[in-house]
Amino acid sequence: MSLENRSYSRWADPKRNKQDVFLSRGLHLDWPLVAALVLLSCISLIVLYSAGGQNIDLIWRQCIRLGLAFGVMFALAQVAPHHFERWAPWLYGLGVLMLIAVLLVGDIGKGAQRWLDFGFFRFQPSEIMKLAVPLMVAWYLAENTLPPKRKAIFITAIIIAIPTGLIVKQPDLGTSILIAASGIFALLLAGISWKLVGGLSLVGAAFAPLVWFFGMHDYQRQRVLTFLNPESDPLGSGYHIIQSKIAIGSGGLYGKGWLNGTQSQLEFLPERHTDFIFAVFAEEFGLVGIVCLLLLYLFIIGRGLYIAAQAQHTFTRLLAGSLTLTFFVYLFVNIGMVCGLLPVVGLPLPMVSYGGTSMVTLMAAFGILMSIHTHRKLLTS
Amino acid sequence: MALKLDLKDHLRESRLFTSRAILALIVIVLLLGAIIARMVFLQVLNHEHYSTLSQNNRVSIVPVAPTRGIIYDRHGVILAQNLPTFSLEIVPERTKDMEATITAISELITISDKELERFRQRLKEKRRFQPVPLRLRLNDEEVAKLAINRHRLPGIEIHARLMRDYPHIGLAAHAVGYVGRINQQELDIIDPSNYAATSHIGKLGVEKAYEAYLHGTVGYQHIETNVLGRTVRVLEREPPAPGANLTLTLDADLQRVAKEAMGEEKGSVVAIDPRNGDVLVFASMGDYDPNLFVNGIDHDTYNALQKSYKKPLFNRALQGQYPPGSTIKPFIALAALEMGDRTPQNSVFCRGWYTLKGDERRYRDWKKEGHGHTDLRKSIVESCDVYYYELAQQMGVNRMASFLAPFGLGARTGIDIAGELSGILPTTQWKRQARNEPWYLGETLIAGIGQGYHLTTPLQLAVATATLANRGLRPQPHLLGQIDIPGADHLSYTPDQPDIRVPINDIENWEHVIDSMEDVIYAPHGTARRLNKGQPWRIAGKTGTAQVFTIAQDEEYNADEIAKSLRDHALFVAFAPADDPKIAIAVIVENGGSGGAIASPIAGAVIDHYLAKQAGIETP
Repeated sequence: MSLENRSYSRWADPKRNKQDVFLSRGLHLDWPLVAALVLLSCISLIVLYSAGGQNIDLIWRQCIRLGLAFGVMFALAQVAPHHFERWAPWLYGLGVLMLIAVLLVGDIGKGAQRWLDFGFFRFQPSEIMKLAVPLMVAWYLAENTLPPKRKAIFITAIIIAIPTGLIVKQPDLGTSILIAASGIFALLLAGISWKLVGGLSLVGAAFAPLVWFFGMHDYQRQRVLTFLNPESDPLGSGYHIIQSKIAIGSGGLYGKGWLNGTQSQLEFLPERHTDFIFAVFAEEFGLVGIVCLLLLYLFIIGRGLYIAAQAQHTFTRLLAGSLTLTFFVYLFVNIGMVCGLLPVVGLPLPMVSYGGTSMVTLMAAFGILMSIHTHRKLLTS
Repeated sequence: MALKLDLKDHLRESRLFTSRAILALIVIVLLLGAIIARMVFLQVLNHEHYSTLSQNNRVSIVPVAPTRGIIYDRHGVILAQNLPTFSLEIVPERTKDMEATITAISELITISDKELERFRQRLKEKRRFQPVPLRLRLNDEEVAKLAINRHRLPGIEIHARLMRDYPHIGLAAHAVGYVGRINQQELDIIDPSNYAATSHIGKLGVEKAYEAYLHGTVGYQHIETNVLGRTVRVLEREPPAPGANLTLTLDADLQRVAKEAMGEEKGSVVAIDPRNGDVLVFASMGDYDPNLFVNGIDHDTYNALQKSYKKPLFNRALQGQYPPGSTIKPFIALAALEMGDRTPQNSVFCRGWYTLKGDERRYRDWKKEGHGHTDLRKSIVESCDVYYYELAQQMGVNRMASFLAPFGLGARTGIDIAGELSGILPTTQWKRQARNEPWYLGETLIAGIGQGYHLTTPLQLAVATATLANRGLRPQPHLLGQIDIPGADHLSYTPDQPDIRVPINDIENWEHVIDSMEDVIYAPHGTARRLNKGQPWRIAGKTGTAQVFTIAQDEEYNADEIAKSLRDHALFVAFAPADDPKIAIAVIVENGGSGGAIASPIAGAVIDHYLAKQAGIETP
């Protein structure tokens, strides 16, 4: 197996020069993607230094996490895609079991049950599902003819619904949105008919009130209400959004300059080095900085979609597409929340916010993307 | 699996995927465009709005408390002032080890268990980076000790602030009152912005009545703060306008004379300048230290004050209601002359008691053997009760009350501090309304000698005496003399209502009564003859004794044999000089016994001191 994976990759793109071929074959890295991710990491460190009150310890800890995340990316990039295909159902099954375990015996942090404690380390099984669901859905859909038939769509829906429901129960709205989105994107990319998409959307809209009254926790409902009218509770749950909008708005076209954001330096902005780090960036670097940052993100997403389109198997194609689009959802939900377009759901800004777990998962996804891209076979002509 | 794979149309799948991926990319670009549109909206179109908000966030306006006005007596003696006091406060977040810090501090200065307990309580309730007071009112030595050791005690702060201080302990607390920490009810009334930095408010007396003038206007500082409220720097300041200084009509020196004359007795002395209603002496004994209340009195001390035999917190001058006793007699005598019930020559034979027709009960005179033939002058000089039993029976209680009411008896005087009680001027109608009982003739008789239902406050009695001294012009008593508003004019006190005039039938009647009151002091049998010390001014006065305890018909009243608390109240009213009154006074000594023996010397001391000082001679 490993032989055929390696043997044809050097001819994958005849236009490439020798150096490129060597690097791709030897390290299995996608250099444009690596460059963009490194650049994003640097931006992260710069903003974190300002947001964290110029705490150098914080920067060192983030560096260690980045190192670990890049390590995971590198490691997964070496694994051939058919291994992922083989692991998919097992990983998914294990993930579901752990999610159930979390609900039964999990640790409670910040009012939600998200952690499994193995004694020597704590672990958030929902992170596994961010990879396991796209893997599982891609695996299942690839087993069938595409575009998927109704039965396949129904089973896919169940595959998505089980972990999503379990994570909503924790409760962790942000992650459940990501996981549901990753599965749904795989379905959409698989070519599900628009009629069906329209119909399901209508059904979803019809169920929304039920979710509102029975499926949501009080604090989640409160967040939505606060989102609709943050001024109604300026010192309570509306405080985050109001302060965040002030930070962004006062940044203006060119920003207040690095380390000069009063909202963040004087600590008015809450969660400024985690979920609300985008507001710090916006305050200090202004609209110009935001456009540059979004272009960088767009490049990463574009590259991800390109890798997906170039993939040779249904499984790898759907997986790469789903992971890339999920990355976008991550980004969009976070920025939308910070600038008051979306309700507050606890999602970090991918690759920029302080924190380790989600970054490792993200980089694992990029590792998978690189593996897909660098393990292509030359098509027989 | 192989079969399935064969059925898959790879090319079609790939194309389908690519079209979907391109669509996704378009949607993504659109959504990112939406985010940028949102950013343009926030950062370009509404930039100014959010800049202002950000500025407001960062710059907070901190109120600065105005300095409270000083209260002086009429001669400029300070009765209430603001003293800088130093307090030791700790910011727990800045200490390395709280317990070690406390131990180190207690090696330098003494900290009581009570203070430590209160400190630990406050520690639990405080906000972050807020200093918590550990010791208040540090003395200079303690400040110095802490200042020297400050470098090794991070987190400790020595705060200087102005604290209300009443320098003359036990002198004028009942008039000046005191300030205390603002409580919940007061919070609802005060202007929250003007009191934004103020912690204390007038609770009683002048401090409460003239709070609006004393307080001043709040100032502001614009300071840059972080979210915890810690000051980064001061940007701008608008100084507060200090409160107005008040000059009271009180004469602290005279007040002290009154207190010293009162000695260890309980009671009250109120002296008024009849010409303008200036309250010269406003004393209630026992007195207390108002400084105890400024920062909250502790439970034990408060209970001790409440339970004290002297009831020091009770404002007798304002709220003590006593029967006027024989001090009412000059007023009733004047009523008889003015209403034609008596002439100065009409005489009554006093055999020591009086009875009503068809009633066995004897209404006794204080003098067992009687006064013999008694005219109006003698009835005042020797305080003959029988004369007034008969007069009252003839006059009737309602006519009596209608004459006394314009003197201000049985009504609030309207003095400019709160809490005054009105006393009672009884009438038949009053008794029906208040008690739903008919009036009995016997009650009229004892009303004639100021006993029974009739109640007056010392202040009321002083005003009535001043009215008599003024020949009918009733002054409005007041404690405020002048308000000095910084940077503005001096405002003198003006009464709310014009002076009330008692109708005069014949001024000779008034002069006859006043002349008789002079004989109380200067005639050989006068009940207050001990006041005759050959002063160059003539004092007119009247003694009184108010019964606290009813003795049986046949028993003798023997002051030595009954408990002090059941002894009669001693009263004395007076004014001087009799022909041109400058001071009118009412003295009540609770359970003092005889008015002539106990109360009159106190009044005499005050009058003599006051007039001697005005005449520039040594007190006799």
